[in-house]
Amino acid sequence: MIEYALWFAFTCFGIGQLFCLFRLVFAPGVGDRVLALDTMAINMIALIALFGILHDTTMYFEIMMLFAMVGFVSTVAYAKFLLRGDVIE
Amino acid sequence: MEQIGEILISALLVLGGLFGLVGSYGLVKLPDQMTRLHAPTKAATLGVGGVLIASLMWFAFFGEAPSWHELLITLFLFLTAPITGMMISKANMHLTWEPDELPHCGPDMQWATYGDSAERSLMDGETSQDQRDHRE
Repeated sequence: MIEYALWFAFTCFGIGQLFCLFRLVFAPGVGDRVLALDTMAINMIALIALFGILHDTTMYFEIMMLFAMVGFVSTVAYAKFLLRGDVIE
Repeated sequence: MEQIGEILISALLVLGGLFGLVGSYGLVKLPDQMTRLHAPTKAATLGVGGVLIASLMWFAFFGEAPSWHELLITLFLFLTAPITGMMISKANMHLTWEPDELPHCGPDMQWATYGDSAERSLMDGETSQDQRDHRE
């Protein structure tokens, strides 16, 4: 039963990732691109977690943690750049 | 006991997947920039939270011990999602809206995006002239 649920979640997040990619390429504004990139990082964390369950290994935690931190910092840096024209003043 | 674990984990995985899908679909579907901000910052974060809790329970039920790293990542995501949402919405406000289009936020006050701290260079000529007059 878990396996079916696992593949269902894989499919959902994969399609979500495609939606984000679409929005990243065809975006009406810069803010949407930043948001799409942030969502892609978040969805990627979910995909890695699912991959960890599938392979029954605890090896991927550090990767998820790094994705979360780098995604957050890069999004804030992009937004800060749009807002002020500079990242660190 | 294992049966309960399986049902619980499967339910969390399905719910998380649905929430993640809805969040990403909202990013494409919703009509304007500010409403589009709602979908990923709320729904997608909830979906990832569901998947990570499912992963925690999987290792609690079928592995050696519950792995608390997942809880850490979930907490981190729940803390940072509002911050990124706020930063991006401020950038949207700054780039697309004029100051007079926004509701008033009090006498002798301006929205933080347009106040003294805001950068002039990214705004168009008319608005920055108004702003300069207002400041003087």
